[in-house]
Amino acid sequence: MYDILYVLLRRLRAPLITLIVVYAVSIFGLVLIPGQDDQGNVWHMSYFHAFYFVSFMGSTIGFGEIPYAFTDAQRMWTLCTIYACVVAWLYGIGTTLAVFQDSGFTRLLRLRRFVNHVRSLTEPFYLICGYGVTGSNLARELTERNVRVVVVDIDQDRIDELELDGLRIPVPAFCGDASLPDILDHAGLQLPNCAGVLALTNSDKVNLAISIASKVLKPKRIAISRSESDITTANLASFGTDLIVDPFRSYAEYVALAAHSPHRHLVFDWLMNPEHRNLASVYRHAKGRWIICGFGRFGSNISRELKQEDTEVTIIDPDRKNIRGLPGAVLGVGTEAVTLQQAGVEEAVGIVAGTANDADNLSIIMTARELNPKLITVVRQNLSANDLVFENSRCDFIMQPGQIIATRIMAQLKTPLLSEFLDQLMLQDEVWAHTLLNRMNATVGEEPLESRSVCIGTKEAPAVLEKLQEGTEIKLIALLKNPHYRKETLHCFPLMMRRGDEVKLLPGELTELQEGDDILFCGRKGALDRMAWTAFNYNTLHYVLTGNDATQSRLQRWLQGSDTK
Amino acid sequence: MNREKVIFAFFIVLALTLNFGFFVGDIDNPEHHDVLELFLALVVSLICTVLKFGDRSHLGALMLATSLVADLQLIIAAGIWGYGEHIAATGMDPRVMASVVSFAGGALLANITSVILLMVETVLIRR
Repeated sequence: MYDILYVLLRRLRAPLITLIVVYAVSIFGLVLIPGQDDQGNVWHMSYFHAFYFVSFMGSTIGFGEIPYAFTDAQRMWTLCTIYACVVAWLYGIGTTLAVFQDSGFTRLLRLRRFVNHVRSLTEPFYLICGYGVTGSNLARELTERNVRVVVVDIDQDRIDELELDGLRIPVPAFCGDASLPDILDHAGLQLPNCAGVLALTNSDKVNLAISIASKVLKPKRIAISRSESDITTANLASFGTDLIVDPFRSYAEYVALAAHSPHRHLVFDWLMNPEHRNLASVYRHAKGRWIICGFGRFGSNISRELKQEDTEVTIIDPDRKNIRGLPGAVLGVGTEAVTLQQAGVEEAVGIVAGTANDADNLSIIMTARELNPKLITVVRQNLSANDLVFENSRCDFIMQPGQIIATRIMAQLKTPLLSEFLDQLMLQDEVWAHTLLNRMNATVGEEPLESRSVCIGTKEAPAVLEKLQEGTEIKLIALLKNPHYRKETLHCFPLMMRRGDEVKLLPGELTELQEGDDILFCGRKGALDRMAWTAFNYNTLHYVLTGNDATQSRLQRWLQGSDTK
Repeated sequence: MNREKVIFAFFIVLALTLNFGFFVGDIDNPEHHDVLELFLALVVSLICTVLKFGDRSHLGALMLATSLVADLQLIIAAGIWGYGEHIAATGMDPRVMASVVSFAGGALLANITSVILLMVETVLIRR
C-alpha cells in the first residue's frame, strides 16, 4: 500500500526540482555578488549566510538585509529571486493541493482508509454487498445488536447515505463494484473473522459472482444471496449458497399464505417481526376470487401462488400482450371504477395493486375500497420515499420486497433453526397453528415475541454439558424454570428440537437433553435471557435442578462427589 | 535516444563527479577543498533524489535509497562546514575540515553505488 506515497512523489517531481533549482541559483548569485561590510570593505557573502537569507526571503518572511546592508547589485539580484521563489512555492503548493483534490488520488486514499478500517476489525463481521432497502435494513438491525458489518455498494450516493443514517457502531463502507474479486478482498472476504457474505445487489449477475467468490474461498462460511430469477436461484443452490431469497417470490408466498391460511401466516409473522399484530387481527379466511392489477414479476408470482391453492384470480393489466391467453383478464390500469367493475370487484375478496407506479397503486386501492369496503387489500410500494403515504393508506399489506427479505435474512443469521421451523410450519395444518398461536399469546401477551436457539455444547450451554458429563439427567423443563425462584416457570417454551437429523416440533417438557441437541425457544426477551443464563451458569443450573446452592469450586465439587461415592 | 534518460544519467553522473571533485586533496587541508563544489554537489544530489521519486521497480527503490544516503551525508558535511566556518571558536581548523571531507567521502561511495546501479539497469535493458 505504498501506492499513495509513490503517486504523490511522482506528481510532485517537477515542482520540487523547480524549488531546488531556484534556491540553488539564488544562493549562488548572492555568494558571487560582492557586498560591503560596515567599514566599506569588499565582503563576499558565505554560503551559510546566503542560505540563511534565501530561506527567509523565499518564504517572504523578510528579516532584512543581514548581516550588512546590501549594495545595489545585491538588491537587484534579491528583487529577481524574491519573485522566482514565490512563484516556485506557489507552483509547489498548488500542485500538492491539486493532487489531493484529484478524484483518482482521493479514491486511492478512501480505499486505503477503508482497507485499514476493515483490517482493524477484531470481532466477526458480515460483509454486505449492496446498500439498498434490504442492505440498509440489515445493516441497521445488525449494528443494533452490536454485530460488525462492512458495506460495499457501487453507488457513491448510497455510501453517503450510510454516513447520514447514524448507525450505532462505525461501519466501514466503500464505493466499488462488488463483482470484482479485488474489491471483495479489500472488503475483507479473505479475513478469518468474516462471518458471512450477503449478496444483496440489484443485479443477479453480481450476486452470483459474489456468492461464488465467497464459496470458492471459504466453503463453510455463510453466503446469502438475493435472486430475481429461477435460473439464478438454481445456479446459486448448485454450489451450496446457504440462503437464497427471491423478493418477489417470497412476498408472493407470504401474501398467498395470508389469503388461504391466516393462522399459519400469523405464526410466521410473529416469529419474523418481533413487533407483531395482536391475535385478534387474524385475517378472516374468506374463500373467493382475487383481483390482481399489474401482471409483472410481482403480479405473476402472486397469481401463481394463489392458483396453487385453488383460488380464482382475475388479472387487470394495461398491456394486451401480458394478458393474452388468460381467461377473464381485463384490459386497463385498474385505477378507474369501470375497469374494476368489469373485473367484478363487488364479489371479490381481495385485491392486489402491483403496478410499478406508487400513485397508481394507491389509486387502485382507494377506488376498489369504495366499491367494496370488505376487500383485503395488498399494495406494492416501489419507492421508500413514499413511506408516509403508504403507512396511512390503511392497507392490509404493504409490499416492500426489500424489507421482507431483510427480515428473512435476519432470522437466518440470528437463529438458523428458525428458518427450519418455518419450513416445518408450512407442513402443518391450520388447527395446529391456531393452537400454537393461543399458546404463544398466553406466553407473551402484548410483549414482543422473541426467539432464540440454544445448542447443548461448550459455547452456549457449558453448564448443561458439565452436568450431563457428571451423569445428571436434565429434562427440558429445567431450562424453563426461573433461576431466581425455581417454582416459577419462565414465559417461554420450546418450539423445536433437533437431534442429529431428527426434528421434533414442540418437544415435551420431560424430554431428556443430550449433548449436541439444538433447541429453538420462543417467548419474552427477558425470559429467554434468563433461560440462556441457566444453561450457561453451573451454579444457577444446580439451583434450578436441586433447589440448593452449588458449592463454588471445582475442587470442593470433586471432594463432595467422592464423599457420596 | 531517450531525452529523459539522458537527463537522468547526466544528473547522476554529475553528482558523482562534483562529489569526487570536492573529495580529492589532503583530507585536512581547507585549501584543497572548494566549498562551491560542496554546494553544487549537494544541489545536484537533491535534484537526483527528486528525479528518482516514484519509480516502483526494485532497482528504482535501490537508486532512491543510495541517493537519500548521499543527501544525508552531504547535508551533514555542509552543516559541519557551516559550524566550522561561522560558529566554532577555532574557525576552520584541520580537524573540522577532515570531518567535512570524510562525510563527503561517504556520500561519494553512495554516489558510486548509484552510478553502478545505473549501469546495471542499462545493461539489463538490451535494446
